[in-house]
Amino acid sequence: MRSIKKNKWLYLMIAPGLLYFFVYKYIPMYGLIIAFQDYKPYLGITGSEWVGFQHFERLFTSPEFWMIFRNTLVLFALQILVFFPIPIIIALMLNEVRNQMFKKSVQTLIYIPHFMSWVVIVSISFVMLTLDGGIINSVIEALGFQKINFLMNPDTFRPMYILQVIWREAGWGTIIFLAAIAAVDPQLYEAAKMDGANRLRQAWHITLPAIRSVIVVLLILKIGDVLELGFEHVYLLLNASNREVGEIFDTYVYTAGLKQGQFSYSTAVGFFKGIVGLILVMFANWLAKKAGEEGVY
Amino acid sequence: MVGDKSFGSRLFNFTNLTLLAIIALLCVLPFIHVLAASFTTSAELAEKRFVLFPTVWSLDAYRYIFSTDTVMRSMMISIGVTLGGTAFSMFLSTLTAYGLSRQDLVGRRFIMFFIVFTMLFNGGMIPTFLVVQQTGLLNSLAALVIPVAINAFNMIILKSFFQNLPAGLEESAKIDGCSDFGILFRIVIPCSMPAIATISLFYAVTYWNTYMHAILYLSDSSKWPVQVLLRQIVVLASGLNYDGAEFTSVPPPEITIKMAVIVVATIPVLIVYPFLQKYFAKGALIGSMKG
Repeated sequence: MRSIKKNKWLYLMIAPGLLYFFVYKYIPMYGLIIAFQDYKPYLGITGSEWVGFQHFERLFTSPEFWMIFRNTLVLFALQILVFFPIPIIIALMLNEVRNQMFKKSVQTLIYIPHFMSWVVIVSISFVMLTLDGGIINSVIEALGFQKINFLMNPDTFRPMYILQVIWREAGWGTIIFLAAIAAVDPQLYEAAKMDGANRLRQAWHITLPAIRSVIVVLLILKIGDVLELGFEHVYLLLNASNREVGEIFDTYVYTAGLKQGQFSYSTAVGFFKGIVGLILVMFANWLAKKAGEEGVY
Repeated sequence: MVGDKSFGSRLFNFTNLTLLAIIALLCVLPFIHVLAASFTTSAELAEKRFVLFPTVWSLDAYRYIFSTDTVMRSMMISIGVTLGGTAFSMFLSTLTAYGLSRQDLVGRRFIMFFIVFTMLFNGGMIPTFLVVQQTGLLNSLAALVIPVAINAFNMIILKSFFQNLPAGLEESAKIDGCSDFGILFRIVIPCSMPAIATISLFYAVTYWNTYMHAILYLSDSSKWPVQVLLRQIVVLASGLNYDGAEFTSVPPPEITIKMAVIVVATIPVLIVYPFLQKYFAKGALIGSMKG
């Protein structure tokens, strides 16, 4: 008690921050109960009628749900399988560069896209991919092929999505791996060289195992973001033609909830997504601990 | 590796450097293309397709977008939200981070759990929307700031940084009779400039790039920040509107105008980036490695 009194100014300092988390993070968690109600805005949470699991039943029995579930899963798999290794590879490549000037310049350039909004990334893709006058289609035409309508084509949605993720985030993703690599004991490399390992083998047998725990931690964090595929990014790419492969939980919640006013139903969709995400993180963390790593949480 | 001049090693170096150079160029060439294209005419663009250095210079696109007040207004809104939001976020984040960085704070572990849990699970879009509505922020620019005032991750980076300052600094200040607020503002903050600069940059970029919250919470188009306008001009005007009915019946703008709006929405970030770049790698690392 005495220490609480002694630190009253410290508590005063953190009070506004805690109030923020309480109001804008915890009250919405309480608001999840509207998923079990027939929520009417004028009746509020206390006045709306309870309907139990009705919205969840509707969700699991609708064909739309399975389409969205599949789309979300596919984009997630692309993130983990295609995107995730790239920053590690670039970091390994940068680590082999002896010329500090060159290394710094490359780093400066590859970090830039991370600071651009998704709107800018998608807009630039649009002006470059567009049918009439976009540079990419001009090249395709010059090479004698048919122009491709990238923007309204279900087949090009997923490649376009993941390439944009790589463009925006791959460079930035190298930061932490580079730091982890910098912390590796140089003597290990000396020893490996004595044993005749070339640089590829050194990277494989020393650098990668040495940064294993960082890789695992980041993988867990990435899985934690599992269903956070980026509402903005996907929403910007969506149109009526690619919806069947592009609609994910977040965009669906937005359209069903805010555009069509089905508050309770779309809250149920979001709730489901949140629970799956939480379980996945716990699972990944548990798996990491089993494998002898520290885990994150 | 130094002094290793074998053929294999040289080939390795050459391939590696070439690939990295290509990667770096791929990252920035699209931006350069857009920048160059915004300073030329539509005719040149139609002829040359990929412009990296215009032969015909033209400011027409910029003259056009700055002659309508839509772009200027949304620029001003974005600048205001960025400055105000960053200041507000930094104020709250720094106070909270400093309080939590002090080992003698009772209940520290519990409070950290309270905060970290929000990174794992949240109420989602609709319940958050309802809270924003009930707190009276709907359709006001404060809705772009207050509901996202503290980013838990940024706050934790700051906290780790504060924790790693030498303990002696604070103790000697305390002996000299400095209050907790005094320690924070006179000692901790001045000693933490790399971290403060980094996190301010992160917040500023987020506020400048804000798009989702604007479309969620602002129905009044005169309050739209520049990112929303950009989407209207480039994406929706291409006839690809998914949700329909949002865009007016103006003819699709010329390609150079689209390019110029992209540049306008990008330039402020590119201007502050070089100044803060030396800080952010260091600042982000301190937090992420020891957090």
